[in-house]
Amino acid sequence: MNRLRRWGPAFLMVLPSIILIGVFVYGLIYWNVRTSLQQQPMPRGPSGTTNYSKLWAERRWVRDLKNLGVFTVVFIVGSLVMGAVMALLLDKGVKGEGFFRSIYLFPMAVSFIAAGIVWRWLLNPSSGLNLIFDKLGLDSLKSQWWQSKSPWGMAAMAMPAMWQMSGYIMALYLAGFRGVPEELREAARMDGAKERQVYRHVVFPELRPVTLSALVILGHISIKVFDLVLAVSGKQGKTETPAVYMWDLIFQASNRPKGATVATLLLVGVAVLVIPYLIYTVRSERKS
Amino acid sequence: MSASNAQRFDPGFPSSQRTALSRRVVLKGALVGAGVLALPQILGACGDDDEATTTTAAPGTTGGGTGEVTSTELEVFSWWTGGGEAAGLDAMIAIWNSQYPNTKFVNAAVAGGAGSNAKAVLAQRLEANDPPDSFQGHAGAELSDYIKAGQVEELNSYYEEWGLGDVFPSDLVDQITVDGKIYSVPVNIHRANVLWSNPTVVADAGITATPESFDDFIAALDKVKAAGKTPLALAEQWTVKHLMETVMISKLGAEAWAGLWTADGDWSSADVTDALEGFKTLFGYVNSDYASLTWQDAAKRVVDGEAAYNVMGDWADGYFTELEKTPRTDYDWAPVPGTAGVYDWLSDSFTKAKGGKHPDATVAWLKLCSSKEGQDAFNPVKGSIPARKDADTSKYGVYLQSAMEDWKTATLAGSLAHGVVASNAWNTDIDGALGLFLEDKDVAAFQDALLTAHDTYAV
Amino acid sequence: MTAPMPTETTAAMPAIEPLPPLTDDHQLQRRGPVGHVVKIVLLFVFVIFFLLPVILLLLTSFKSLAEADPSRAWQLPKHWTLDAWREAWSQLHGALGNSFKLVIPATIISTVLGSLNGYVLSRWRFPGADLVFTMFLFGMFIPYQAVMIPLGLLFKDVGVDPGLGRLIIAHIVYGIPMTTLIFRNYYATTIPNELIEAARMDGAGMMHTYASVILPASAPAFVVTAIWQFTSIWNDFLFAVFLVTNPDSWPVTVALNNTAGSQVTPFPVQMAGALIASIPTLVVYILLGRYFMRGLMAGALKG
Repeated sequence: MNRLRRWGPAFLMVLPSIILIGVFVYGLIYWNVRTSLQQQPMPRGPSGTTNYSKLWAERRWVRDLKNLGVFTVVFIVGSLVMGAVMALLLDKGVKGEGFFRSIYLFPMAVSFIAAGIVWRWLLNPSSGLNLIFDKLGLDSLKSQWWQSKSPWGMAAMAMPAMWQMSGYIMALYLAGFRGVPEELREAARMDGAKERQVYRHVVFPELRPVTLSALVILGHISIKVFDLVLAVSGKQGKTETPAVYMWDLIFQASNRPKGATVATLLLVGVAVLVIPYLIYTVRSERKS
Repeated sequence: MSASNAQRFDPGFPSSQRTALSRRVVLKGALVGAGVLALPQILGACGDDDEATTTTAAPGTTGGGTGEVTSTELEVFSWWTGGGEAAGLDAMIAIWNSQYPNTKFVNAAVAGGAGSNAKAVLAQRLEANDPPDSFQGHAGAELSDYIKAGQVEELNSYYEEWGLGDVFPSDLVDQITVDGKIYSVPVNIHRANVLWSNPTVVADAGITATPESFDDFIAALDKVKAAGKTPLALAEQWTVKHLMETVMISKLGAEAWAGLWTADGDWSSADVTDALEGFKTLFGYVNSDYASLTWQDAAKRVVDGEAAYNVMGDWADGYFTELEKTPRTDYDWAPVPGTAGVYDWLSDSFTKAKGGKHPDATVAWLKLCSSKEGQDAFNPVKGSIPARKDADTSKYGVYLQSAMEDWKTATLAGSLAHGVVASNAWNTDIDGALGLFLEDKDVAAFQDALLTAHDTYAV
Repeated sequence: MTAPMPTETTAAMPAIEPLPPLTDDHQLQRRGPVGHVVKIVLLFVFVIFFLLPVILLLLTSFKSLAEADPSRAWQLPKHWTLDAWREAWSQLHGALGNSFKLVIPATIISTVLGSLNGYVLSRWRFPGADLVFTMFLFGMFIPYQAVMIPLGLLFKDVGVDPGLGRLIIAHIVYGIPMTTLIFRNYYATTIPNELIEAARMDGAGMMHTYASVILPASAPAFVVTAIWQFTSIWNDFLFAVFLVTNPDSWPVTVALNNTAGSQVTPFPVQMAGALIASIPTLVVYILLGRYFMRGLMAGALKG
C-alpha cells in the first residue's frame, strides 16, 4: 500500500506514454514478427522460418547489407569527425561564431525530400560537384560518386546525410567542449600540458556521453535510411539498402511476409547494437 | 458496414479479425488514458476533414445503370501530378465539373517515379479498406493483382450499356479481360518501343538510313561513337528495364515475347541468351553516368545534340513539346530497330474500387473516362493516343497522329516495365536480378535469375 | 486545434541562465597568426560545403525548364524568371497551412509528454522505470515503412478519420522516445537532488514538485526538444503520405513531392518548392538557434 502511494502517481504519469508506445511500437513489432512467419503467396499459412533462410540465400539481400554497412560506417564516422573538427575550430571563439554555427546547423532544417532533389544533381558524375572540381583544377577529387565500381561507391550516398547531420554533431560537441570546466583545462595547463594535450587528456574524455548519444541518433537515421536514397538515386540495385528493399517487398511486390522478415531482421540488428549501449548508460548512472 | 467489415481482412489471415478487435479495445484504452493530454481535441478536430464522406450513402445505384449522381464527392486516385498528365487530368476534371457541378471532384493524386509512391499509398489504403472511389492502374498483369485480391469491381454490364465492346480495339479488350470479366476502363495507350533520335547528330555521324534490325542498330551506334557523341542515352534503372524489354522484343519477336510470360515460357532458351547478350552489347554505347540521370535528362541529351539515340516511351514527345522543340527537325522517331510493326503498349485505366463510398459518382466518372469527349480532352494534353478507335485525330499533334496510324495495324506486345505482362511481384524480382546484372554483367547468372522469377510467378 | 499548456514553455523562457561570453579574445591570441588564418580558411571551406546545395537550388529555381540541366548546373540563368517560384507557390501555399496545423499541436504535446516522462524516469524511478525507459528508447529504431499497413488498420479500427488527426497522433507517439530521452538526460544531469529533496521535505507532492522546481528550470530542454520535434515533424514525408488521404489536408512535404509528375519533372519548380518548404524551419533555426545551442550546453542531450 505504501509502495503504491509512493510510486502510483509517478507510474500514472508515464502510463499514457507506456500504453501508446506499447500499442504503436510493440504491438506493431509483434504484428511484423507474426507476419514474417507466414508464407507467401496466398493462401497464407504458417511457414516457420523459411522466409528467413530464403532471404539469407539471396545475393540481393547480402548486397543490400553490404551497402548499409558501408553507408553506416561512412555516415557515422564522417559525421562525428566533421562535427568534432568544426566544434574544435569554433571552440576557442572566432569572430562571427554565430554566423558559422547557423550555417553549419541549417541543413538540419531541410527535409530529406528537398535535400535529395539537389544532391541528385550534385552527385551526378558529369555535372554537380565534379564540374566545380574541374574549374578549380582539383581533378583528383573528381569521382563517379555512388556509381563508382569500388565497393565503397555507396559511401557517396552518405554525403547528403553527412551534410544534414554533421552540423548537429558540431553543436553537440561544441556544447560538450564548453561544458568542460575551465578550471580543469587550466589545471592541465599548469602541469605543463600543451593545448593539444589538454584536449586529448582533459576535454575528450569528458565527451564520451555526448559521443554515445550522437551514435544513437546517427545510428537510427542510418538503419532506416530510405527516403534519401530514393530521392538521390531512385530505385536502383547499386544503392539499395535493406530499408529500400523492404519498401519494394511490401508495397511493390505485396509480399508482406518477406517485407516483415526484413523489418524484423533490421530490428534484431538494432537491438544487438543498441541494447548494450542502453545497459551501459543505465549502469553508469547507477554508479554515480 | 458489417458486411464490408468482414471483407476488409485478408482471407489468409484467419486470426486477424480477432486481433483487430482486441487491438481496438486496447487502443481505445490508450486514447482514454491519454485523454488527460488533450488527445480527444485532436480526434474531434480531425472529424471536420471528412464530413462529406460519411453522409453520402448513394441509394440504389450499385446494381447497374448510370442513374442520377447524388453523392457530394468523388475521390479519384492517380499518379498524375505534374506536366501534361496533370493537365490532361485537369481537362477531364473540367468536364466533370460542368456535368456534375454538385459532386466535388477530389483529386487524390500522389506523385512517385513511375507511380511507385502512389502505388505504395494505394496498397496501404486498399489494405485498410479505405479505398478511393476509383484508382489508376496499368492495364494487364498489374491490374490483375487487384482483381485477384478482390479489390475492384466487375464492369461488364457498363461495357454493354455504353457499347464499349465496339469502340475499343478487340485486342485491347482481350488484354484487360480476366475469365470473361472486365474490371477497368482504359483511357489511353502509350507506346514503349520508340527510338528517339537527333537528326543532326545522326546525319553528322554518316548514318543515312534508319536502322531496321538490331545489327543495323549496332552499326549505327558504332558510327556515332566514332563521331565522338554519346550513341545511346540511358538513365536510371527502370529505363534500363525499358530498354531491355524493347531489345528482347526486337530479338525474339512479339509472339515469343508474349510466350515468355505464360506458364510454358522458356526462359532458358538460347534465343533468350542471345537477346540478353544483345542487350549487354548496348552497354558499350551508353553514357557512363546513366544511373544518375532521370529519363528526362537522357532524352534531353538527344534534343540538345549530345547524344544520337534514346529508347523511351512516347511520353518523351510531350516533354520535347514542353521544351519547345520541333518534331522531325529537332527530334525524330522510329520503332526500336527490329520492332517495326509491333506496338509495345501500355495503358492507363481506371477502376471501380470495391467498398468505394460513392458508387454512383464512380460509375459516372468511368463513363466519362470511356467517352470520346473525355478521351479527346485528356490524351492530346497527356501525350498519348486514345484507347477508343473513333477519336478526333485533328486534335492530336504530329507524333500522336503517326502513332494512331501505327496502332491500327500493329501487332501488340505488352510492356514489362509498365505492368502489362508481369505482376508487380514478378517485376520486383526482375528488378532485383537486373540490379545485380548491372553490377557484374553476368548474362548466365541473369538468365538464371529470370528463369527462377518465371517459375515463381508464372501461372 | 488550440494546444494545451503552452504557457509554461514561454513563461519559463527567461529562466535561461546567461552564458559566459563565447568569444574570448585573450585565448584567441594563443595561436599564432598563421594558425588563425588556417582556421578561418577551414571554417570557410565548411561554409562552402554547406551552402553549395543551396546555391544550386537558388540558381535552378530562377531558370526555365529548358535551361535546367545538370550539366549546366552552375551557370547563371540566361533568362531570369520567377515562373518556377510562382508555380511552386501556387502548388504549396495551401499545404503550408496544413503543416502548421500539424506541427504546432504535435510538437507541443510530444514535448510536454517528454517532459513528464523525463521527470518521472529520472527522478521518481518506480520499480521497472529503467526498463520502461529502455523500451521507449528502442521504439526510436522501429523501421516506419514496415508498420504502415498495420498502422492504417489500427487507425481505421479505432475510428480515427484519415486526415491530420492521424498524422498528429502518429507524430506524438513516435516522438515520445526522442523527447523522453532529451528531458530525462537533462533532468538527470542538471537538477540537483537536493532541490527535489528539499521540496519533498516541505511535503510537496510529485506534481507540485514538478510545477515548482522542475518546470521553471526546464526551458533549455523545452527549446531543444521543440526545435527537434518541429523540424522532424515538418520534414516528415513518409507518415504524411500514408496517413493523410484527403488532398486538402496534405502537409507541405507531400505537396512538394507532388510537384514532380510521374513522367515529366519540372526541376525549377521542384527546387523553388524545396526552398519554400524549408523556409519555416529555417526561420525557426535563425530565431531560436541561439537558444538551441544554449539548451544543448545546459545539458540537454548529454548522454
